[in-house]
Amino acid sequence: MMMQRRSQGPGRGGPMGGGPHGMMGAPVQKAQDFKGTMKKLIAYLGSYRTAILIVFIFAIASTAANIAGPKILGEATTILFEGAMAKISGTGSIDFDAIGRIGLITLSLYLVSAFFAYIQGWIMADVSTNIAYRFRRDISEKMNRMPLKYFDGTTHGEVLSRITNDVDTVNQTLSQSMTQIITSLVTVVGVLVMMLSINWLMTLVALIIIPLSMITVMLIVRQSQKYFKQQQDYLGHVNGHVEEMYGGHIVMKAFNGEAESIRKFDESNNTLYDAAWKSQFLSGMMMPIMMFIGNLGYVAVAILGGYLAVRNTITVGDIQAFIQYVRSFTQPITQLANISNVLQQTAAAAERVFEFLEEAEEIPETESPVKLASVQGHVEFENVHFGYNPEKRVINNFSAEAEAGHKIAIVGPTGAGKTTMVKLLMRFYDVDSGSILVEGHDIRNFTRKDLRKMFGMVLQDTWLYNDTIMENIRYGRPDATDEEVIAAAQMAHVDHFVHTLPDGYNLVLNEETTNISQGQMQLLTIARAFLADPKILILDEATSSVDTRTEVLIQQAMDKLMKNRTSFIIAHRLSTIRNADLILVMNHGDIVEQGTHNELLAKGGFYAELHNSQFEPEQVQAMEPVAAD
Amino acid sequence: MLKLAKYTKPYLLMLIVSIALLFAQANFDLALPDYLSRIVNTGIQQGGVENAVPVAIRKIEMDRVLIFIDAAEKDSLLAAYTLVDSSSPDIDKYVEDYPALETEPIYILNDIDQTEIDRLNPVMARGLMTVYGIEQVIADPSKAEQMGGGFGAFDLSQLPPGMDVFSMLGQLPAEQLSQIKDGLNAQFETLGGDMIVQAATGAIKAEYAALGVDTEKLQNRYIINLGAWMLGLTLLSAICTIIVGYLSAKIAAGMARNLRRDTFQKVESFSSTEFEHFSTASLITRTTNDITQIQMVTMIMIRMIFYAPLIGVGGVLKVLANDSPIAWLIIVAVMMLISLIVIVVSIAMPKFKIIQKLTDRVNLVARENLSGMMVIRAFNMQKFEENRFDKANTDLTAVSLFINRVMVVMMPLMMLIMNLLMLAVIWFGADQIANANMQVGDMIAFMQYGMQIMFAFLMMSMLFIILPRASVSADRVAEVLETAIHIHDPKEAKNFPEPFRGVVEFRNVSFRYPGADEDVLHEISFTAKPGQTTAFIGSTGSGKSTVISLLPRFYEVTGGSILVDGVDIRDVTQHELREKIGYVPQKGVLFSGTIESNLLYADKNATPRMLEDAVLIAQAKEFVISSSEGMAKEISQGGSNVSGGQKQRLSIARALVKKPPIYILDDSFSALDFKTDAALRKAFKQHSADSTLLIVTQRVSTIMNAEQIIVLDEGRIVGKGTHDELMKTCETYREIATSQLTEEELS
Repeated sequence: MMMQRRSQGPGRGGPMGGGPHGMMGAPVQKAQDFKGTMKKLIAYLGSYRTAILIVFIFAIASTAANIAGPKILGEATTILFEGAMAKISGTGSIDFDAIGRIGLITLSLYLVSAFFAYIQGWIMADVSTNIAYRFRRDISEKMNRMPLKYFDGTTHGEVLSRITNDVDTVNQTLSQSMTQIITSLVTVVGVLVMMLSINWLMTLVALIIIPLSMITVMLIVRQSQKYFKQQQDYLGHVNGHVEEMYGGHIVMKAFNGEAESIRKFDESNNTLYDAAWKSQFLSGMMMPIMMFIGNLGYVAVAILGGYLAVRNTITVGDIQAFIQYVRSFTQPITQLANISNVLQQTAAAAERVFEFLEEAEEIPETESPVKLASVQGHVEFENVHFGYNPEKRVINNFSAEAEAGHKIAIVGPTGAGKTTMVKLLMRFYDVDSGSILVEGHDIRNFTRKDLRKMFGMVLQDTWLYNDTIMENIRYGRPDATDEEVIAAAQMAHVDHFVHTLPDGYNLVLNEETTNISQGQMQLLTIARAFLADPKILILDEATSSVDTRTEVLIQQAMDKLMKNRTSFIIAHRLSTIRNADLILVMNHGDIVEQGTHNELLAKGGFYAELHNSQFEPEQVQAMEPVAAD
Repeated sequence: MLKLAKYTKPYLLMLIVSIALLFAQANFDLALPDYLSRIVNTGIQQGGVENAVPVAIRKIEMDRVLIFIDAAEKDSLLAAYTLVDSSSPDIDKYVEDYPALETEPIYILNDIDQTEIDRLNPVMARGLMTVYGIEQVIADPSKAEQMGGGFGAFDLSQLPPGMDVFSMLGQLPAEQLSQIKDGLNAQFETLGGDMIVQAATGAIKAEYAALGVDTEKLQNRYIINLGAWMLGLTLLSAICTIIVGYLSAKIAAGMARNLRRDTFQKVESFSSTEFEHFSTASLITRTTNDITQIQMVTMIMIRMIFYAPLIGVGGVLKVLANDSPIAWLIIVAVMMLISLIVIVVSIAMPKFKIIQKLTDRVNLVARENLSGMMVIRAFNMQKFEENRFDKANTDLTAVSLFINRVMVVMMPLMMLIMNLLMLAVIWFGADQIANANMQVGDMIAFMQYGMQIMFAFLMMSMLFIILPRASVSADRVAEVLETAIHIHDPKEAKNFPEPFRGVVEFRNVSFRYPGADEDVLHEISFTAKPGQTTAFIGSTGSGKSTVISLLPRFYEVTGGSILVDGVDIRDVTQHELREKIGYVPQKGVLFSGTIESNLLYADKNATPRMLEDAVLIAQAKEFVISSSEGMAKEISQGGSNVSGGQKQRLSIARALVKKPPIYILDDSFSALDFKTDAALRKAFKQHSADSTLLIVTQRVSTIMNAEQIIVLDEGRIVGKGTHDELMKTCETYREIATSQLTEEELS
């Protein structure tokens, strides 16, 4: 039920850009450090900076050619006009040669402009797509270098949102804002120059509309932003209520909560309606008002133009050109006004991506790693202290020794932190003080790769990926042959059920892994561990979520797997615990007791209490130790 | 999409008003180029002179003009004018406008209609121009050349200086005069109707100057007047747009509100059968995002898609009405535009679908990388995963690069088509102007219409992008709204007999999911008595959860019946039935709020004392009290700030607050450790000794002392009895028990 974070605001309207009906005035997320982020972004562009420079040049050339058009075309109109006048008074005729010449010039200008614009767009598309690619690649690689600790405090949704939403936003706004900045600026300057070259007085009149439109935009944006925020908030309330009620549909039904739920929904829905239409209405007002202001300038230019034309200060063609310029003046100005929003958006998204890329990484590998020729599986804990965060230490001064081939059971009530030991052994986390030794060497003196090679892991939270069963087992040892994979599958009782599946080993596990059962998934992870053939094992026993027959198979497979290996087992059944060489009893994250079953029972401590209290007096003979996580 | 059409009903009037306003707006917008054309044509080119018939003319000039006018026309021309001289009564009124009146009499144009003016225009123009031409030659004989040979034998350049040409011409014999007239007419014939007016403006302006009129002011007044009209029109157009904006915002938001409300209400009335037909996530999207999407599209539809055809068609009509000889240019341009859009869309569209798939793939791999972080590192597969991600990333990049490259064609080519249209208009327009079929101002107006029409087609093409998305959303919402609900209250509901005891009886109950081929439950019969525990056990898929969800009518039995105190549960209202049942779901579901508000969900009127008791029994006291806020502790959405075990205990406490005669616990202890499980069951039993208790579980130890254990396998009851009995008689039960407990422990 994860809510996808959706970014709002302009620039997400797809290939057509925001368009006149883009949600102008919608609030924009702002970056914390705009300047810093932009600097990083420019640095990140790297080799593309040359390409972007070329884009700029082409954009300028294309815009300039485009701007020159009306003025040159205006000359044609003038010739036409004068020719027509001359013809009337009988003094001459229209100079078609001149018009043809001008037509050819403008035609080539327009063609060149279109060509340059396309080249520019092509390069920019390449640049932004490739930057998106690099961002995604870097994030994916970064993920593997980060300590697991980071992901304790960050949901998967947040990280995914950076890969998709944020990278997309950077990608889209980058190409949009870069081209827009340059074309808008060139247009504004170019048009201004052209207008001035025609007539300064008319230019002055045309310019009056700029502050007028600026002020209007600002006033409207300020108003509509208020309602946009409200709309976002109320939409959040409505969505929250919907999510909650749908998520707890049965409970709502069971407690006859329909009426109350609908009452609450209607309340938020009606408030949302108010904010929704107000924000939409206000933002929709922008366009007609801007149009009106634009027309104001247009009429002023026409009047002044007429006045000047009588005095022969300017020609009719000039007026025509000028009117076109006035028309093309307002759009880049609105764009420039909006560009800071677009840039803010780019920066906010880029900032989140950079933030992630700059997160602290795992402690570097040791300079001179230990290399072992053979591994027996001797593990020792020496005065280990550990806490997930510095304020709250969960493991205090723990020492224990596991001989090669020993079986160590970890027990404790729900939430006691049984997986902490797993995470320390595999160096997903580092101990705060003390040390863990494998074959007498501190695990920090191995490379992580060598260390983890010695371990095999079968967790209850089975992880398989969207590929065939064959490939999922091969994950244990990528260079294994198909025969080796099948051999491992046979050891783990996988082979049998695979033959009952539609494509056998070639069945592709679907995205939610719903095409095989939970128990079968667990068997697959055991097969994977068989193939990896590690010296030390970390196992999570199956719990009641698996049906009983498969459970027996899992148990048998695990027993086979544990033979001749040092194994750490998160145990749920008494049979396992009874014959363990060492039992670690955990509570509230810490190891509170250790010893064999009999030793611990004799001690009469937490383990004994845990063991006895589970059962009511009349059913002493029935037992099962610890519940599943 | 049409399925939701009825939601426009309450807004039909607003919709009609909107369309009417859009129609008005389109008319205003389409009138603008016409005004601009008149500013250029008349205001600038003709110096503000609209007609060749001057509003005033000196008598002396009029007399000269009359010389060249056919006798037939003379009377009608004179009838259009009134002669005013210094003796006239209303001289004061005119002398201000025409200072020349003080020295000579003048003709003032009567208030005649435009058709008459249009008829007189060429007549007057010819006369005036001839007179003006002769006057010019008199002033400057070298100009005689330009007048050409219209005068035939009457050679103006040979005129003796100082001679009164007009009186001489007036005295010419009629035959010679008509010869001259024919010659002139032939020359004027080459000029079109509009052109002749334009040509006469020089003469008229000269006459106005002679009258003492400020011609410059005249021109400015004309332009400002038209400008004011233009501004008025844009203002009206803006007002229309704003009102349409207001209406469309209200319609869209209102429709969205109603849709959302109906969808939500509908989903709330769903039984589990309908609910599971959709997934929870999909129902949420349908109620939220899909409807927001419909809202956006509704607004865009009203504002743009309705407007575009009005402008497009209106623009075409305008061009045709003006009888423009170059109207075909617009058709060509629109065709080019449409083919461009069709080509680009048909190349890019299929790829857009692929892009979605590839993005999903990138997401999937990233999600797998995140969820499998420990496994990936344990197997040292980081490099492998990076390559896997890179493959997905590269695929996505390649396709999006292709789409981007195609899409960037759009803008430059669209601009090019627009520009080419302008260029073509000038090129072909020049020809027409040379042939006097068009004026320069008309051409400028034509360009404007061209832009408007192109823009309209552009907007309409957006329909292709917007509509498919919206119709998908609309269909998804309609699907929810049209879902038939299977479970209904009876028309005449019975009541449970008083006092309520809580005997639950299943009689040959079978159940089949709608559309399924086979029953999932077969012939389930048992009776659960008050004060007793009835437990259900079986492997996954055995149907044990399904059995108990039939009792609160989350699903409806498809065969047999369920009786509570002898009454078929289908004969009472769902409300009354559920009043009697305390249900604890498998996953502890809490709502956002506080612990207290969650407990009060069962019974609004529960006393604090009752809440405390419930918390105590549910073994939740420790963590409720240990938190500093106690009962006021915030529960975030989905209960994400409490652990699974805590959620289960609070769910149990909630059911306890209700104090129902029947409890259903659907595997509600699974997240609890055995110590808590045992303590809870003990307290529960003591507290609700008289209740009927139905428990589903996977743990044998939880139900070993239940009065009745029902063992299910593949939807059938395979064993019924106590633990000891079943250990002896039921193979399935024994299998389950031995897999959980060792032989030694069972003996």
